[in-house]
Amino acid sequence: MTKPADKPAPGRKMFSTATLFTILYGCLSLGLYILLFVFNDEIRHMAEATSRGDKTLFFIPIIIALVFSLVHGAFTGYFWEALGLKAKKK
Amino acid sequence: MEAVNFLDLNATTVFLLFLVGFIGGMVSGFIGSGGAFVLTPAMMSLGAPAVIAVASNMAHKFPKALVASIKRNKYGQVDIKLGLIMGIFAEIGVFVGKEFMTNIRNNFGDTGTDLYVSVVFIVVLALVGGYVLRDAFRCKREGGDVEGAEHITPRLAKWVQSINIPGTMMRFHSIGGKRVSVLFIAPLGFATGLLAASIAVGGFIGVPAMMYVLGVPALMASATELVVAFVMGMGGSLFYAWEGFVDIRLAMIILAGSLFGVQIGAIGTTYVRDYTVKMIMGMIMIIVLFSRLFEMPVYLSDLDLISTISEGTSSLLSNISFGTLALALLSGAFAILAALLKGIKQHKKQQADAEYAASVAES
Repeated sequence: MTKPADKPAPGRKMFSTATLFTILYGCLSLGLYILLFVFNDEIRHMAEATSRGDKTLFFIPIIIALVFSLVHGAFTGYFWEALGLKAKKK
Repeated sequence: MEAVNFLDLNATTVFLLFLVGFIGGMVSGFIGSGGAFVLTPAMMSLGAPAVIAVASNMAHKFPKALVASIKRNKYGQVDIKLGLIMGIFAEIGVFVGKEFMTNIRNNFGDTGTDLYVSVVFIVVLALVGGYVLRDAFRCKREGGDVEGAEHITPRLAKWVQSINIPGTMMRFHSIGGKRVSVLFIAPLGFATGLLAASIAVGGFIGVPAMMYVLGVPALMASATELVVAFVMGMGGSLFYAWEGFVDIRLAMIILAGSLFGVQIGAIGTTYVRDYTVKMIMGMIMIIVLFSRLFEMPVYLSDLDLISTISEGTSSLLSNISFGTLALALLSGAFAILAALLKGIKQHKKQQADAEYAASVAES
């Protein structure tokens, strides 16, 4: 007889690792995008200041790009894996 | 200095940028480059000034290339050493290319640069795109569809690998541990950077150059190009950020979509054979070539090199040209998805057959 579908088999996790990481990195990524929209004006002013000649914070966009790529990159990777889209093992 | 004119973001703009980013990302994760030729004009038509569009596009490209190269490195497809060396020479190419563009602009105005860019596009795409496509069909005919078919080193690459220039030789794992002189890699990297500075798609020369001049298999060449794109893009973005031209909000919205696409593109490469990458790359290049051809009469007329064409005709030709670019990207994305789905289906069938054979053997 088969086990009821809503009960995981003994030793099997309710959520796969990919699903857990998708949720974790998804929340982090969402948080970063919320911050980006909250500080929309500040970012704009910073670029304007750099353009006027104040180069103190010129590297901030590059740091933002790197942080977003690592967090959002991890999220999108786990996202497809959680949906079952995995690379072929050679 | 003029104030930086950043776009006001609304729901439609965000959605469109996300979508174009997603499709561009998919193509980029698969063939090593792509998306930029549609994204820059798309941002400009949404109202971003050209310099902000180019700078923001570059700021989304280098993190995208970073994510894609990390992913494809996991599949053993990246030659980091080759990518970094080519990237350094490409960086030099980018700066020379920018100077060259500025000189043309000062002497012939914006139309002069547009004409120059289009001619470069047409010549490069006709020669390289035609060759890549012909080679893809040849590979398919000669057993490329057989699982585990061996990579055939092109004749030119065999010659390049046989030349020994003492003090300049380096070993690369992407060409089976053979050695190649840096003096051959330098002009290839330089040309990739030069092209990237002119038409924003350096990969159109970088990938075929690695394949046919150095002898790198297509799958590895397209993956290694991502390292080149990262080095080039990071340098270019720092340069633009120094001037305050990078609209990082815009860049991160495109990145949001493109990283979803990049993952699919990169996964797709593990299900296809070498010739499929060549075929999709060649197909995109030829469609982009036609897009540039539609714009040629407009530029020639603006520079008074042919009789003036009416404003209506000119705007119609520009729209057809942009539509063809979008078609290149969309058809590339569909071809990648189709190849991926076909690959997954075949793989599942093979696994099921193997499991069945094992169970029969056991009983």
